Amino acid sequence: MEERRYRSASGEPIALRRLQHSAACRELAVRCPRLQLRSLSAVTSAVWLAAYGLFALSENSMVLSAAILITLIGLIIYLHFVKVDQESLLVIGSLGIQVTSSYASGKESTTFIEMGQVKDVVINEAIHMQKVIYYLCILLRDPGDPQGISEVVPLFQVS
Amino acid sequence: MVLKVFFPSCCSSAESGILVGHWISQQSSAVVLAVLHFPFIPVQVRKYLSEVQRVTQVSVSVLGSWTNSKQEKEESLSQFLEDLGTLFSHELWIQISKEGDSKFWSCSALQKHGSKPKEEEIILVYYEQRKVMLCHLHPPLHTAASADHGAADASKLAAIFETVAKSKMLFMTDRYDEGPIKLTHWQSDGVEASIIVELLKQASVPACMLLTFLLSLVSWICRSRVLKFWPLCFLWSKLSTCEQLGHRLQHLQLISSNKKAPNQTQLMRKANILVSLLLDVALGLLLMSWLYRKNRIGHLADTLIPVADHVAEELQDLLQWLMGAPAGLKMNRALDQVLGRFFLYHIHLWISYIHLLSPFIEMILWYVALSACLGLTVALCILSDIIALLTFHIYCFYVYGARLYCLKIYGLSSLWRLFRGKKWNVLRQRVDSCSYDLDQLFIGTLLFTILLFLLPTTALYYLVFTLLRLLVVVVQGLLHLLVDLINSLPLYSLLLRLCRSYRLAAGVKFRVLEQQEGKPLRLLMQINPLSYGSVVQTYRLPTYSCYPKDSWTSLCKKLFLGELIYPWKHKGEKQE
Repeated sequence: MEERRYRSASGEPIALRRLQHSAACRELAVRCPRLQLRSLSAVTSAVWLAAYGLFALSENSMVLSAAILITLIGLIIYLHFVKVDQESLLVIGSLGIQVTSSYASGKESTTFIEMGQVKDVVINEAIHMQKVIYYLCILLRDPGDPQGISEVVPLFQVS
Repeated sequence: MVLKVFFPSCCSSAESGILVGHWISQQSSAVVLAVLHFPFIPVQVRKYLSEVQRVTQVSVSVLGSWTNSKQEKEESLSQFLEDLGTLFSHELWIQISKEGDSKFWSCSALQKHGSKPKEEEIILVYYEQRKVMLCHLHPPLHTAASADHGAADASKLAAIFETVAKSKMLFMTDRYDEGPIKLTHWQSDGVEASIIVELLKQASVPACMLLTFLLSLVSWICRSRVLKFWPLCFLWSKLSTCEQLGHRLQHLQLISSNKKAPNQTQLMRKANILVSLLLDVALGLLLMSWLYRKNRIGHLADTLIPVADHVAEELQDLLQWLMGAPAGLKMNRALDQVLGRFFLYHIHLWISYIHLLSPFIEMILWYVALSACLGLTVALCILSDIIALLTFHIYCFYVYGARLYCLKIYGLSSLWRLFRGKKWNVLRQRVDSCSYDLDQLFIGTLLFTILLFLLPTTALYYLVFTLLRLLVVVVQGLLHLLVDLINSLPLYSLLLRLCRSYRLAAGVKFRVLEQQEGKPLRLLMQINPLSYGSVVQTYRLPTYSCYPKDSWTSLCKKLFLGELIYPWKHKGEKQE
């Protein structure tokens, strides 16, 4: 088990970890950068300064409590639904491929693709803004057409 | 291919015995359903297994042996177990052994036609038997649409789930049964059942029969000829309350039928309808108890007439404003006065009718509010109908204004063509040039200028009444949206997803457990529950209303041309 540091397509530092559990089973995990205290405090102080300015204008203390509530709820929603901590790929021979994303609040969302549905795993290139990025994706077999492809599942979308 | 052994986690602490289960050769996987303990007689075992196979349609056979030894492995025992393999005919004989309390088991597979063990990898997958048995696997929505997929493409996991689900009979014997066979599985400590569920099942049969009888009576009355005369049936089709009542009647008929639900979807639908009905009635009763307290009905009736008066006064003020110089625009005085007086007289008639009804309002409201006990949806539909009745004059004004405007626009467009010397060719559906006589041209141009200069007045009236009508339509639409929500939300499925999330599965997820060198790979198979969005989408109850098919552009076009708009069409109505 080793961990190597790389840079993602948008320039942020990410870490890749490779594990081999047995001859038929391998795991690849990509860890995204953690939430910075700097950005968190910057956003919180901006929201609270705006709320204090509104309070100074309107003399209504509900504005302050509303701002606190918004900050708390916004943080919870961000941690639970948006901020991805780690994305991992578990390949089990002749069973299938499992893609997991774990969020900063501990939530894990998993998808398991059976081996019978996987046609191929390829590296695709895409043009994003002004640069060309490469991404890994799984091609799924189309049940009606043995040669066709029904879906393209990109992996490691967030990191 | 890698050999996969699906082992139930409840058998981890079972005594030594032989493994009984199902072998899927295409995927090279063995699903262990139970462990059969010593002592046993092979003939009886074979008889029992063939009986199970006959009942459950799952080919159950002896797959291998299981040793749970507290002390060191004994050589003689291993030879005895290998010899067992010759008794039961099976392609591959799997031997799993657990030493003491160690987590890591050793597993080997013996090929029948070879004496040495095969050099292929074995994966041990633990699964929770009870959850897998009760679970219903949902295929992804886009693959469910394709009807023709052969058996080879069928999901491999679905085969495993089906195997466990079908072998219910195997799980019926518990260890307190006196018999030749002693099994260990998830129910071996006693068959699980719930007293409440059994009592409900017993009570539901006579209840269903009574309900069916009552419903057939009600539907016979509804279908009788008395209610089919023209004015009445027109009225029934326009009132949304009758639609909602008919819809609920259908639901009740579905629930109270004696036939058992054929498959999972129908069962869930019945359960959803039942829970939705119960919630509806509960909310309706709550509303009723709130309304009848402190004489709120009386207050409501007292405020109804002044509100209607107030609305009429506001309309009168509006018309006076239009008859003057609205927003600084200069209207054509004569036409203005005519239209304004016509609408004012209309309002006057309406107010007189409302005042005629005013002594009876409270009683009518009191009896109508009783129908809220049929459900909150019925109460909301009645509210929407009352709003429609109270704003009937706005609807009439809208129709008058729209028809006048529409006529004017058509007249203008055809006279504009005459002005330019063209004509609409009906046969060829296009505009052709045409030579008119001088007197035709003269009259046509005169009429054209008259209509053109009268356009702002009618356009303004049309605009004002269309906006009012749209406001009423939006309010009614919101009420209907709420009714639709209550009708179609699958509450039972959502509750099931919340409390027993393993029943509705989107798939599985594997977790890699601790490994040790030389031992087979250990995985834990857990059920991945369906997301709430897919639950609602899969189990939505169908409703009777359909949303407006017009896109925004066609709506604007209709408004501009003055065509009448019918926003909420119900299914089953003929398109106009």
